Amino acid sequence: MNYYESKDLARFAEVGKFKPDLMKKFFDYYSAAVGSEGALTKREKALIALAIAHFKPCPYCIDAYTTACLENGSNPDQMTEAIHVAAAMAAGIDLVHGVQMLNNLEKQGA
Amino acid sequence: MRDNALHLVVKNKYDFEYNLQLNNIDLPPLSIETLQVNVTLKCNQACLHCHVDSSPKRTEQMSKATIDKCLEILQDHHQIKNLDLTGGAPELNPHFDYFVLEAKKLGKHVMVRHNLTVTIDGDPTTKESKLYLPKFYADNRVEVISSLPYYQEYFTDKQRGKGVFQKSLDALRMLNSVGYGNGDGNLILDLVYNPVGAFLPASQQTLEADFKKELWEKYKIRFNRLYTITNMPIHRFKEQLERNGGYEEYMEKLVAAFNPDAAKGVMCRSLLSVSHDGKIFDCDFNQMLDLQIISGKPMTVFDFDYDNLISRRIIFGSHCFGCTAGAGSSCGGATAE
Repeated sequence: MNYYESKDLARFAEVGKFKPDLMKKFFDYYSAAVGSEGALTKREKALIALAIAHFKPCPYCIDAYTTACLENGSNPDQMTEAIHVAAAMAAGIDLVHGVQMLNNLEKQGA
Repeated sequence: MRDNALHLVVKNKYDFEYNLQLNNIDLPPLSIETLQVNVTLKCNQACLHCHVDSSPKRTEQMSKATIDKCLEILQDHHQIKNLDLTGGAPELNPHFDYFVLEAKKLGKHVMVRHNLTVTIDGDPTTKESKLYLPKFYADNRVEVISSLPYYQEYFTDKQRGKGVFQKSLDALRMLNSVGYGNGDGNLILDLVYNPVGAFLPASQQTLEADFKKELWEKYKIRFNRLYTITNMPIHRFKEQLERNGGYEEYMEKLVAAFNPDAAKGVMCRSLLSVSHDGKIFDCDFNQMLDLQIISGKPMTVFDFDYDNLISRRIIFGSHCFGCTAGAGSSCGGATAE
């Protein structure tokens, strides 16, 4: 048995077995924010979700939003660009902490 | 209660008729506006998703006698306005041109499910050239409906074979050059999208805009409408799903996406499908599953009975969830968008 089984995604709602009121609030929020057209299209939201799924590596979300992107009309070039945005942001977030390092190095006389 | 023992095929895990009952939906035939005729199973391609299992190796052909019988039906029934020719590559039937010309003489609207590449490839066994097709279609004002699974090469070639995308572009340019898709509505060129894998099509309207933008900007190709079609979980595509262990997941996706509005627009309510040997079915998919219409006896073009057919019970099966998922799916694209 692995920690991540693709069939377990279908059991997501079972997390509401305890404190179901909190889970309901989450699903309502999730559905409103991600699953409906708004100022952003569902296609744009799916691309953002795909990028986040890679940024915070989540096998469930990568599977789900690869399909969602295709079902909302994105093509593989657009999907790949989206995860490059996530990867570049992740690298940038790591690297920008280098300023902290520089600050410290300066204190050390470097 | 239907008199057709084949209804037993729906008694399975994905019971379409039961789902209709749950949603209080009855789907009797509305009309017979279109006679869709499969004139050959032979094709110059062997696509991954093909529900007809067509390939260059298939030899089934509709005979001239059966074509003449179809023409007689068209002549005798003013209600049937459209002849929709399909295959295989329908142009590989030796009597294809005759069928088109005679149906036009009867004043019928003729549509051809044209795979584009047959124009370039010709007949894979006789090597007969098919380069005349664009002009033949234009001269006879045939509506051309062509599969182009995607506006990019990798998805198209993955589904339809290496080199198909480029050959399809060449054939589309030939159709454009004789006046197809130029926007004046005289010569209609429609494209058909179907997903490369086990997912539902995106919105037809959105994809049509993407296809038009990409094909024009990159290749200067024009067309009229895009039809989105859901992959049917039968034959070659079903086998592919089963090999990948994805059949159950795909069926569950289709069932979860059941749309009552799409169900009301299913094409079998206004169409009949004829096989190369003259048998009559509710649709092309039932034809491939050998679910022949039985009304007292198995129906063929040789004992065509309009009144009987318009009052028949349509045969449904689990594959019908493919036509009712999301925005729906038919030979004319989405049915509920």
